[in-house]
Parts: sequence; structure tokens; C-alpha cells
Amino acid sequence: MTRILAKRQLAPEVYLLEVEAPRIQKRWKPGMFIIIRPTDQSERIPLTIVDSSAERQSITMVIQAIGKTTKEAVALPVDGALADLVGPLGEAATMTTGKKVVCMAGGVGVAELLPVAKAFHDAGNHVTALCGARSDNYRILDEELKAGVDRLEWATDDGTFGFHGNVVQLLKSIAGPGDFEEGHVIGPIPMMKAAAEATRDWGLKLHASLNPIMIDGTGMCGGCRVTVGGEVKFACVDGPEFDAHLVDFDELTRRNRAYRDWEAKTMERHACRIGLDVR
Amino acid sequence: MEEKKPKFKPNPKLPRQALPVLNAEVRSTSAREVALGFSAEQVGIEAQRCLQCAKPTCVNACPLHIDIKSFIVRMVEGDYQGAHDVISEQSPFPGVCGRVCQHELFCEDACIVGKKWDPVAIGSLERFAADHARLRMKELTAEEPAHPTGKKVALVGSGPASLIAAYDLARKNYRVTVFEALHRLGGVMIYGIPNFRLPREILKEEIARLQHLGVEFVTDFIVGKTATVEDLFEEGYEAVFIGTGAGLPYMMGIPGENLIGVYTANEFLTRINLMEAFDPEADTPVLVGERTIVVGGGNSAMDAARWAKRMGSETIVLYRRGREELKARLEEIEHAEEEGVVFHFLAAPVALYGDENGFVQEVECIRMELGEPDDSGRRSPVPVPGSEFRIKAQTVVAAIGQAPNPTLQKATPELKTKRGKIVIDEWGATSMAGVFAGGDVVRGGSTVILAMKDGRAAAAAIDRALNPQVEVAAEEVTQ
Repeated sequence: MTRILAKRQLAPEVYLLEVEAPRIQKRWKPGMFIIIRPTDQSERIPLTIVDSSAERQSITMVIQAIGKTTKEAVALPVDGALADLVGPLGEAATMTTGKKVVCMAGGVGVAELLPVAKAFHDAGNHVTALCGARSDNYRILDEELKAGVDRLEWATDDGTFGFHGNVVQLLKSIAGPGDFEEGHVIGPIPMMKAAAEATRDWGLKLHASLNPIMIDGTGMCGGCRVTVGGEVKFACVDGPEFDAHLVDFDELTRRNRAYRDWEAKTMERHACRIGLDVR
Repeated sequence: MEEKKPKFKPNPKLPRQALPVLNAEVRSTSAREVALGFSAEQVGIEAQRCLQCAKPTCVNACPLHIDIKSFIVRMVEGDYQGAHDVISEQSPFPGVCGRVCQHELFCEDACIVGKKWDPVAIGSLERFAADHARLRMKELTAEEPAHPTGKKVALVGSGPASLIAAYDLARKNYRVTVFEALHRLGGVMIYGIPNFRLPREILKEEIARLQHLGVEFVTDFIVGKTATVEDLFEEGYEAVFIGTGAGLPYMMGIPGENLIGVYTANEFLTRINLMEAFDPEADTPVLVGERTIVVGGGNSAMDAARWAKRMGSETIVLYRRGREELKARLEEIEHAEEEGVVFHFLAAPVALYGDENGFVQEVECIRMELGEPDDSGRRSPVPVPGSEFRIKAQTVVAAIGQAPNPTLQKATPELKTKRGKIVIDEWGATSMAGVFAGGDVVRGGSTVILAMKDGRAAAAAIDRALNPQVEVAAEEVTQ
């Protein structure tokens, strides 16, 4: 059991959870993830580690409550407990030094970007963070990002804050080939794919942090396999970060939809039983 | 335990008792245990078939050296509890081993009765003793657990190798902690072996025996990630045993392998066994279509095929060699056939085809013929040119073997490995001081009982390393 120390709503459906994890806070590096089970009947779901505190012996995760398991997680009270938490999993994000770096994220990916962007900055890079949200009230962790990077720009789909459009459009509006040497992208698959396409000829080394369906997270099941440069890789142990220009995003899109029909049915059943709202 | 003189006249000519099983039709739609176990009457007959040999070859053949001869005498007398006590001297897992051990390769293969008639059904007798003792063991394990006070030993992985090592070490007063990566205990026995072969309460109860001995279990802890081997030593553990198993599935390496509905046996079985996807109410799904093709001929292939069948799928096992070469236990093959699993021999997949949404629809196969024997001594399959054919399938399971899980090794570069397997000496010691290993992480894909044999050997080696004055009995030394 893992005790929940704090919970904070960041945006509609988006919650920050701080949990007790003395060992993980000591060993994690930006880019790594954990697997949780909110209840002892839940699925295992992977979540990127967002932050940690040595003082509080804790780590922080940000959860978008859109499925049964994520809704169960954010429904847990402070001082309540997650049934399971394991990690830190995966390899750390690729770091560099003394470079012009662009970090891009959309939606809840903004939270996952935070530790990586800060790490790039702390390693002596000039970091531009481009973050996307549906609307102004969906923007998350603005202050934390601002404090951690050299330049922060927002894009909103409806133009209520910052650039009117998506992150990749924002990127193209402010930069071109040669402007950045290294980059990191995390978020919805269409956005990561578009970012990879847009920068293919920019001479930019772009790393994408992938989010396939996982079970064990230790390389045992192979459920999270992705094709990168024509080779099959296990995102849980070989990744989650890969060369964005080599990832087969279309395959990843299809594989992540494998259980969509099934999940819709589960959500319905679940909502009927406990009265959660179904979107 | 004292030597008991048999008070019965052995009668090996009595027919070997057949293990009652659940009706094939019933079990092909249910997760209920297939083998039902002997009746007391059958036990009486079967136990009497034992010759009570002066030099029991079965005991030597048993990788755990269970005193089979002695426990069978007690079975004849109806002293099932006594029989269980005899087994417990060597093994706390008769319920598990009575179900999943390959007795036909060990004790029953060595049984002298088998030279002329069918060997004594030792496995089924062991299981009966275990099942009979369940209630008493439950009461016992509900009591206050022991508190060992000796040196601290860490066992990595909660599969069969670590569990038997935990038993041996806890009984010698070591403070044992078992670290498990998953959220449930048992390793391959929980994620790999199906409920219908090993009911979960049996596994849980036998693990509870270890808890009662004072063994501490920590789930959600990945050595190599959550903490390193070095961290464990710093935290006061004086020896570390690595029993992390063979959890890295081989892929088929054919086009279409990443289509939806294509699983490794590990994923398919983990979803169903560990995450209980056989229960329609479970949160973790598994896609089982109208037809399932399972590729491979080992125990995992049988387990996957039998689950697919139970979940309502027409199921075909595709195997590149012939029936003779199947590696699975004979009993599992027969049970699969009875349940309606169909075998296509001498055929292998060459490509998978899907629909526009990426769901697998069809398997292209090629016929094989058997050529010269390969390294394994079996005749190797050779593709027949131009013999390609296609089978429709919505689920494909690749059960073609696995390599040791590399997580711990990756984080512990000083650990010597060979083709992914941890290298050990004849004592179970690795290249790192104080670190021992055994089971599938050393052997590659093997069996529960051989993992237990390794765990026992490593426990003895750890005891010798931490208590150098201990005298070593000759039979403990031989591997």
C-alpha cells in the first residue's frame, strides 16, 4: 500500500497526486515512470514521474481521469492509499549539455515534460518549452515550468491563452531548421507524430516519450512493443523514449486503440454501478 | 523421522489408479481445476502398489529428495497427516508439486514398479496428502508467526526457486526477505500457470506456510530498479539469491507481429492468470476471438490454448515439428485434446495479415518436414517450398520460448552472464561475492521442480557461506 500525501486538481479532470515513495524518490531520473494499481482489483497503469521530494520522501504524478482506473485513482482521498506502486521503470531521458533545446508537450504531457525540461535546463542547455492545452483553464503547472526553463510559450486550441493553435503550429511559427539542436516531445500520439514530421529536415535530434499499453513494465509481456526504425522494441525497458523520427506512430496509434470498445463497455458498467459520470 | 517398517504386503500388480478429472465438456468452459485428485479408496490401492524398496530410487530421483517411501507407508495406514509431515521435512509445497511437477520424469520414472507394470502414481498421492492437510495447515498458519533472529538474506523473485530457498533458510533461523516485482506472489506459478492446473488458494496457502516461518514478502519491488543489489548489502543483507526467472519472451520475427490480437504467451497468460481476464468483470481485458492460433509446442502453448478454448474460441495449436516432438507434459497435451484443442503439426507461421484497423485476421503458414537432428537431438523442421496456406484467426499467441529477464543484470554489470543467463559455479554462486542464482535465470526456460532444486542448492551454499563452520553432508553437495 502506498499512502497518498496530497492531492490537487490542476485542471478539469487533471489531478496531481503526491505519494509516499522513499525508495523511488531516491532513485528516479527524469523520463522514468511508475506503474500503479489504485485498488486491488485495478488494472496496472503506467504514469510518468513528475517530481519528487527527499524531505517528504515522496514522488508526484499527474493523472488525467478519463478511464475507469484513472478515475479510481483520483477518487482516492488524501491519507488513503494506492493498492500498488512500483518503479522507477524505464530508462532516463537522454540528456545533453550546452545546446539549444526545445521541449514540447500537450495536455497532461505538460506535467510529464516538466522534469525533463528542468533537467535539460539544469544540465546547461538553453531550453524553450512549448506547451499546449485545449483552453486556458486546461493549462497546468505554468509557474513550475516558467521557473524551470529559459522560455515558455503556450498554445491553446481555442486561442484563449497564448498562441491560437496546437504546439506543432506554434513550433513552426517561432522556429525553423537549425534553430534547435535537441528536443523532447511527450503527449498525445497525433501531436508527437506531427512534431516528428515537422522537424524531420531540421537537423534536430528529437526524442519522443511513448505511452503504449503496458502490464508488468519489466519486459516480461511484450505488450508495449513499438516499431522504431523497423525494429521491434519494448517501450517499458528499451524506452519509454525513442528517436521520434524513427517511431512508427501509426502502429502505436492502432495498438493503443486495441481495447477501446472493451473499455467503453467497462466504463458504462462501472458508471452504472457506482454512479460515476461517463463522458 | 523414524524409519517405519511397512505393515502391509505390497501389491504392485494392482492397476495404477487413474486420476479423476473434471468432465472435458464442463471444463472447456470453466476455470475450475481439471484434476480432481484421488479418492481415499484409490489412495489405499495406489499406495499399496509401492514395493517399499530397500534402496528407494524414487527418493534419489526426486529433485527435492522427498522421502517418498516413508510417506507412502503412512498413506497405506491412512495416516495422511503423517504423510504430509514426512513430505514437509523436504518440501512445503506438496499441493503445488502434486499438481505441476513432472513426476513422470523424476520419481515415477525411477519407480521400480514401473519396470514391469505402471509406476506408482506418486504425484497423485503427494497431492492427496497435501489436500488432506489443508485445514490443519490453515489453522497452523493463522497462529503467531516465528521470528527468526539470524543473518539477513534477500531472495529476489518469488517463484519456485526463491520459495524453496526461503523455506530452507527460514528453518535455519535466517531472516529472509523475498522481493517480488509484481503485485502478487508466486512468480511463474501465478502469472504463467493457469488456475485450472493450480488453483490460486493452494499456492496462497503454501506461501502462507513460509510467512508463518517468519519469511517476509515484499511485493512491488524490482531489484535493479527499486533498489540495487549493492543497496541490499548496504541494508544489512549478507547474501542475495537471484531467482528472477525467464521473463523475456521471444518474438516470432515475422511480418504482422505487432497487429492487435497477437500476443506473446507471457502477455496472454499474464492478462488471464495474474490479472484474471478470464473473469468478464475483471478490469484487465484480453482479446480472444472466434479462432485462436497458438504457435509452439511447450507447456505455455498448452496453457494458452486451453485458456483460449475456455474463453470460447476455436483453438488450434500450430507446431513446426510432429506430435512426438511436443515438449509439453503428456498429460497437458491429452487434456488439451480432450477439451477440443486441435493440433496442426509440421506447420509454422510466416506472416500475419490484419484489417484496416490493425486487428489480425489471417495467419499465413508453411508446411514443414523433419530433417536432420539439431542441437536438441530432435529432428529439425525444414520448410516445404510452395506449401504456404492461410488460416483465419482473430487471436494469435506466440508461445515460442523465453530468455532470462535482464532487468537485474542490466543494473548489475559485475554479474557475469552468458547469452543472458546468469553464470553460476557448482555451488550456485555467481561472479559477485555473496550473490547466488538459480532457476530459469540460470537455466533459461525450465520447470518449477528444477528451479526448486536450484533454490535448495543455493540455500545450502548460502548457509555454508554465512556459517562456515557448518558441516556439509555429502548428499547436500551433489547437484
